[in-house]
Amino acid sequence: MKYLRSFARFWWDFIVGDDWRVAAGLALALGLTSLLTHNGVNAWWLLPLAIAFLLAGSLWRATRAPGERAG
Amino acid sequence: MEDVSTSTVLLILGAFLASAVEMVEALTIVLGVGVVRGWRSPLIGVGAATIALAALVAALGPALSVVPIGTLRLVVGALLLAFGLQWLRKAILRSSGHTALHDEDEAFRRHREQAATATSERKAGLDWYAFTVAFKGVLLEGLEVVFIVISFGSAQGRLGLAAAGAAAAVVLVTLAGVLVRGPLERVPENTIKFAVGLLLTSFGCFWGAEGAGASWPGDELSLLGVIGFLGLLSFVLVRVLRRQRLGVLASGAKA
Repeated sequence: MKYLRSFARFWWDFIVGDDWRVAAGLALALGLTSLLTHNGVNAWWLLPLAIAFLLAGSLWRATRAPGERAG
Repeated sequence: MEDVSTSTVLLILGAFLASAVEMVEALTIVLGVGVVRGWRSPLIGVGAATIALAALVAALGPALSVVPIGTLRLVVGALLLAFGLQWLRKAILRSSGHTALHDEDEAFRRHREQAATATSERKAGLDWYAFTVAFKGVLLEGLEVVFIVISFGSAQGRLGLAAAGAAAAVVLVTLAGVLVRGPLERVPENTIKFAVGLLLTSFGCFWGAEGAGASWPGDELSLLGVIGFLGLLSFVLVRVLRRQRLGVLASGAKA
């Protein structure tokens, strides 16, 4: 059980990292891009915009939270 | 032809830089252990980790080639985006002074001290501490390289080129380590990490949108536009965060 938890923790840190909201936002943006594209809108612009908002938001939270970890 | 060359160059560059920066960190760990406890056990650990990583690439590379390219690009794009944004976020926080810069010299000192105080235990004729530290260090740093090489290579159908870029970095860093006989603290690690974060996020954005069914204007040339956009965004964010930090410091000094 301990090894299973460590394994899951490793992959969580590897893929999701310090801010799960970024990963969730990216999944949402990719889903929206797919939805729009399959409804006739070529939504190539959505992902870069989503990245800009998610990155800025994550940095805003990190610089307001005490003890941001160095990696 | 020109647009294919652009993405190919960026692919090799991304794999090379990511591999170089991870190998510098792995080299620091191996050196820190090796100079204190001797070279045999850490080098066997490095060899074992390298074989494990090579087996992973050999197994996953061909397996991914049977996945449809659209699905592969969507999944790889999503993973690269999540992974790349972590690198970019940390690089921006470091460049703006909100977190400490990674210091190889300091890391080397720390590994050396830990190696000197660790107890000596022998298993299978090896100094077990030196073996496991070197093995885990190379395996964990190498896993990130394997992830980048496989995702870059498979999504563009050029696994061999991505692997060659990474292998070139491994050879270069190893040679530099042997020549310098110390940690490579002069390598501009944080700048390289910034560039790698930018490339990972840009490739992830490009392939993620393509995998979701969108078509980029200008096809693969728009990758340069994505890199430019994210580069400019990062530059602005570093400036804003640096100004914000200096403002807080100035008001703290006045109070």
